Amino acid sequence: MPETTVSATAATEISVPELSLVVLIGVSGSGKSTFAARHFKPTQVISSDYCRGLVADDETDQTATPDAFALLNHIVGVRLRRGLLTVVDATNVQRHARAELVKLAKDHHVLVDAIVLDVDPKLAAARNEARADRDFGEAVVRRQHRDLKRSLKGLGKEGFRRVHRLSGLEAVESAAIAYEKAWNDRTDETGPFDLIGDVHGCRSELETLLAKLGWEIERDAGGRAVGAAHPEGRKAVFVGDLVDRGPDTPGVLRLVMGMVEAGNALSVCGNHEQKLVRALRGKKVKVAHGLAESLAQLEIAGAEFRDHAESFMDGLVSHYRLDGGRLVVAHAGLKEEFHGRASGKVRSFALYGDTTGETDEYGLPVRLPWARDYRGRATVVYGHTPTAEPEWVNNTICLDTGCCFGGRLTALRYPERELISVDAEREWYEPVRPLDAAPEREPTTLDFDDVAGDRHLKTDLHGTVKVRAENAAAALEVMSRFADDPRRVLYLPPTMAPVDASALDGFLEHPVQAFDHYRERTRQVVCQEKHMGSRAVALVCRDPETARGRFDLDAGPAGAVLTRTGRAFFEEDALTDELLARIARAAEASGLWDHLGTDWMMLDCELLPWSAKARELVEDQFASVAAAGIAALPAAREVLDAAAARGLDVADLASRTEERQANIEAFAEVYQRYCWPTDGLEGVRLAPFQILATEGKNRADHRHDWHLGLIDALADADGTGTLLKTARKFVALGTDDERAATDWWTELCEAGGEGMVVKPVMETRRAGGRQVQPGLKVRGREYLRIIYGADYTEPEQLQRLRQRHLGHKRSQALREHALGVEALDLLASGAPLWRIHQMVFAILALESEPVDPRL
Amino acid sequence: MLLTIATTARPATDLGRLLHKHPDNVQRFDQSFGAAWVLYPEATEERCTAALMLEVDPVRLSRAFGRGSGDASLQQYVNDRPYAASSLLSVALGKVFSTARTGRCDARPELAAAAMPLEIALPSVPCKGGPELVEELFAPLGWAVEAEPVPLPGFDADSRHLRIRLRGDARLADALNQLYVLLPVLDDAKHYWVDIGEIDKLIRSGGEWLASHPKRGLITRRYLAHRKSFERAAITRLAELGDGTEDSLQTPIEEEAEGVEAGAASPAVEAAETTGADHPASAAAGIADPAADGRKTAAAETAGTERSGPLHRKRIAAVLEALHEAEASSVIDLGCGSGKLLSKLLKDRRFSRVTGVDVSSRALDLVERRLRLDRMPERRAERLNLLQGSVVYRDRRFAGFDAAVLMEVVEHIDPGRLPAMERVVFAAARPRTVVVTTPNVEYNVRYGMDEHRLRHADHRFEWDRARFTAWASEVAARHGYRLRITGIGDDDPEVGAPTQMGVFDRA
Repeated sequence: MPETTVSATAATEISVPELSLVVLIGVSGSGKSTFAARHFKPTQVISSDYCRGLVADDETDQTATPDAFALLNHIVGVRLRRGLLTVVDATNVQRHARAELVKLAKDHHVLVDAIVLDVDPKLAAARNEARADRDFGEAVVRRQHRDLKRSLKGLGKEGFRRVHRLSGLEAVESAAIAYEKAWNDRTDETGPFDLIGDVHGCRSELETLLAKLGWEIERDAGGRAVGAAHPEGRKAVFVGDLVDRGPDTPGVLRLVMGMVEAGNALSVCGNHEQKLVRALRGKKVKVAHGLAESLAQLEIAGAEFRDHAESFMDGLVSHYRLDGGRLVVAHAGLKEEFHGRASGKVRSFALYGDTTGETDEYGLPVRLPWARDYRGRATVVYGHTPTAEPEWVNNTICLDTGCCFGGRLTALRYPERELISVDAEREWYEPVRPLDAAPEREPTTLDFDDVAGDRHLKTDLHGTVKVRAENAAAALEVMSRFADDPRRVLYLPPTMAPVDASALDGFLEHPVQAFDHYRERTRQVVCQEKHMGSRAVALVCRDPETARGRFDLDAGPAGAVLTRTGRAFFEEDALTDELLARIARAAEASGLWDHLGTDWMMLDCELLPWSAKARELVEDQFASVAAAGIAALPAAREVLDAAAARGLDVADLASRTEERQANIEAFAEVYQRYCWPTDGLEGVRLAPFQILATEGKNRADHRHDWHLGLIDALADADGTGTLLKTARKFVALGTDDERAATDWWTELCEAGGEGMVVKPVMETRRAGGRQVQPGLKVRGREYLRIIYGADYTEPEQLQRLRQRHLGHKRSQALREHALGVEALDLLASGAPLWRIHQMVFAILALESEPVDPRL
Repeated sequence: MLLTIATTARPATDLGRLLHKHPDNVQRFDQSFGAAWVLYPEATEERCTAALMLEVDPVRLSRAFGRGSGDASLQQYVNDRPYAASSLLSVALGKVFSTARTGRCDARPELAAAAMPLEIALPSVPCKGGPELVEELFAPLGWAVEAEPVPLPGFDADSRHLRIRLRGDARLADALNQLYVLLPVLDDAKHYWVDIGEIDKLIRSGGEWLASHPKRGLITRRYLAHRKSFERAAITRLAELGDGTEDSLQTPIEEEAEGVEAGAASPAVEAAETTGADHPASAAAGIADPAADGRKTAAAETAGTERSGPLHRKRIAAVLEALHEAEASSVIDLGCGSGKLLSKLLKDRRFSRVTGVDVSSRALDLVERRLRLDRMPERRAERLNLLQGSVVYRDRRFAGFDAAVLMEVVEHIDPGRLPAMERVVFAAARPRTVVVTTPNVEYNVRYGMDEHRLRHADHRFEWDRARFTAWASEVAARHGYRLRITGIGDDDPEVGAPTQMGVFDRA
């Protein structure tokens, strides 16, 4: 802990850490509230009087004191947890009151300062007397002053970082507050950085690595490396454990100290530095794990160098926050609630990791896999645990690749996230246990807290998207009971809104409204044939190794074919695998893998026929309605014909019934067109229409002619006839293209098609600051019978249906699209599963918002 | 939408008097969902036919009865109600022929009191249970029944709609009341919310013939939309009407009664709908809850007896015993469903803390209702905690219990996600004891099921004894538990017990 001093003189400037708990100490009437109000924001100051008022409606009600302090402690705790500077305005003249606050600060790993307002008790009593709400006498103040005086001596040992004592009225009046940055706060350093793993005395490898990274090494007359600079102004960050085990600890220290002192590098403290310092200072330490080598080498290097190294290592901070808080470096990693905090626990975590205090069969401390549970935004780079292969786990990475054990020395380029390493020249030190061949992969277990409750998700396209708790609850059930393994559910397609209702006779939807919609927002649209099947998302891997290595798919299909609710399309894995293999083969044959520089891709598709997945629904809902109508309506007409023959006036009813019969027959024709028998994959067709993402690239914003062109080639290369192309028409808005596309749509629909989707050719993510609908559907007149009922074309019904409210549906489409794009960004960049899952889960949750399902 | 009633009694046109509708008029009756028409396609001395025809306006229908009404199918915008003889027809019949139903005919009282030859035709009746059910319901009432299924256009299959013709001698009032009660029973659905008033309607319309009907249990249950408490009240009152024996108080278990009280419109269906109309595939892709949609395999119905029957009770008893042996005082029931185990746990003071978890918030609502949580004494209620959660999402709320129970849960989890469940329960929550029960598929032959049938439509698999033992042993070894496996229920020397139970104790 930093030193604790009592400054007896009246300091004019009081310096407190930016994030800390400031405890005011002074008798009633000493001017604490006035002092606090002068120097801090009202929200930063929590006063015991105010809390007493909150719990008793009376700031002087002493019987409410225990509850008032419980409340005060609670508020202080919440603020500290959230990382806010907090000032406690209470007398705090008694030791136990202060102890509670010091503990609160420690529990939240923030520093705590005390400011003592030591004024003449007579003055304080006089002030109290002048206030109507202070009816206690001078005796109370005298007693408080006695307590304070007694406290002053031991105050320095109570755990305060610093005690600032303002003696006398003048000192109180003239004091000014200054803020100290935390030592670990280097958020203004934005890099670019070269982060370097555990060096452990391997000077030669370090020099080679620095050279490989483009650093120019500075040497002294003896040829010894004494510093380095990068021509592009990069900064090196060492994750600690520079020393011990390797052949040249002094050489490493010389080079790194030169770099750090020149401002070209930063280094955090490793556990080996910590121990070496203690050893150098003559403390009793167990000489093991390569410490002896360091001590011997430093002995040779001479006393001056040794002292220099000792003070360098002693000054190392246990973790740094860099790049606006987006990057955290600590030797053994750091969980999120410790970022930017300071306490013994934080330091111990940063140096040793999340240890249990037990040791394993090699006598090494057992460490808990904190990274597995890490959910923070900041990237955490660390070392400490040697592994054969550095691997990203939840946005954290360990760079210790065991150079001193004959492994490699590894660097991470940030923000490029590129790994560069050099091999060890030899095994310098025999490892106690073998290097972990592959560190335990992140298990794909997701956490309830990742998805449940009200959530606010940040997206590029739509700002914050809110997911309500009740919708999340609905999604939890669907995800748990029906969806495929989350490792396969990496994207779900957003819903799509229809066009505005058409006023044209007999039509509810028509292309004109789509063109009208986009005319102000973009210049060119593409009209794509809407295949009437089921929406499907396909995760296609080039080979099973990719599925295993990239997506951790160790069982089941080597990829996924999902419905829009994340369910596996086929019950049999073999069918999924076979369909994926067909796509992968076509991609191989068309050169798509190499063209895109990827071994996997996510495709947005339509899978046909409709009955392949929806057979039960078609039978239960559509065919069954047709059956009822086709059975009942002719019977009704017979009755009416007979009645008419008797001379009864049933003409109107009869003509309506006749019309209904024609409508139900048309209805039956529509759904039958989208049904044909399938057996396994026989009869199954897949029409991909967008390549959503490939390795490292979210492709959702590419032009649609790019997508469709590549997919045409893919379909052409498919020898099995499974893959279908998607017919389309490009339309320059405001030209004759519109008419041509309308005619084309009419033909499509008359031939029994579902209709078309109109999309901006180039996804203009935002036009004039507003997100643009990624597509609008224009469904055919006959198709809509299965949506709105057989008789929807009756003029009266049609008129009613035109009064539809598209606002919610459109907003839902935009929000889901924004989440989907976010999921693809994360997927392409190899983000941890739980982050992708949050987005995908949110899409599913939004789907349970009550929106007219016919839209 | 169409019902015709014909008679050959002479003069046949007396039918008009009995129905209080003149054969030469075409009459329209306004209904909340559209209009009802009464007209006579033939009216001669020899033969007279009255037709009741409905014109359903689907928009008005969904507006009048949409959400919150009894029949979930109405929430589908495309439905058979405009064409089928459903509860809409039954309600229209009740209103339009209300006087005729009472058997009152001031002009010809003797006619109304006498049986007459009648022929009733319904071209399209939705029926859950097929032609056999029509026979079972109408034949005991003296009707000669013709019922044939209407084919599904485009599919080589029958629809759930039947063309029905009934012939027989009956009092017209009885015939009308029987149709009034039995049409919605065939359909097993009502377009309106079934409240307590339905009991009166049932007693009024069915009193005389229903009390002695062999299928009165099914009729009552379906008519009252499977609401148990109503059912009991109605059966009791019917028993008082007839020569009630204790027997008739026992509702025979013919159908699955587990799970949702069917009246409640299932949110699962709503969910299917939300994703449905536009992309119907996904709805079929199954957000539908098999417990609610009645689409169970026949086998499941057979096995259904076990739910409320002795096996279910034995299973609960075995789980309780295992928990006692483990000296567990805090228990988390993962996948608590409707809360049958919870209710037993609460009755036993040795369990000081009981938590029920289900992934379906609807199930938890049901638990609240079933356990009457709002009226439970505070001391008991404070021992209970209900949480929505999922066994495939790690959850810190699951930690800190002596024991966790997964009773008939694992078989509802896709095999690919069992490892996630294993990590959540055995690695993360890590209670001292875990009790797992699951069906023994070998026993299915004793239910007369063929090899590939599972006991419940939502079962993703059913394990034989070897598979369960293998899985459980691996889990136990991986996570440091001792394992003990036993059977629950009749222990067949050849195929074992119907249920298998694994008790895992942390070593």
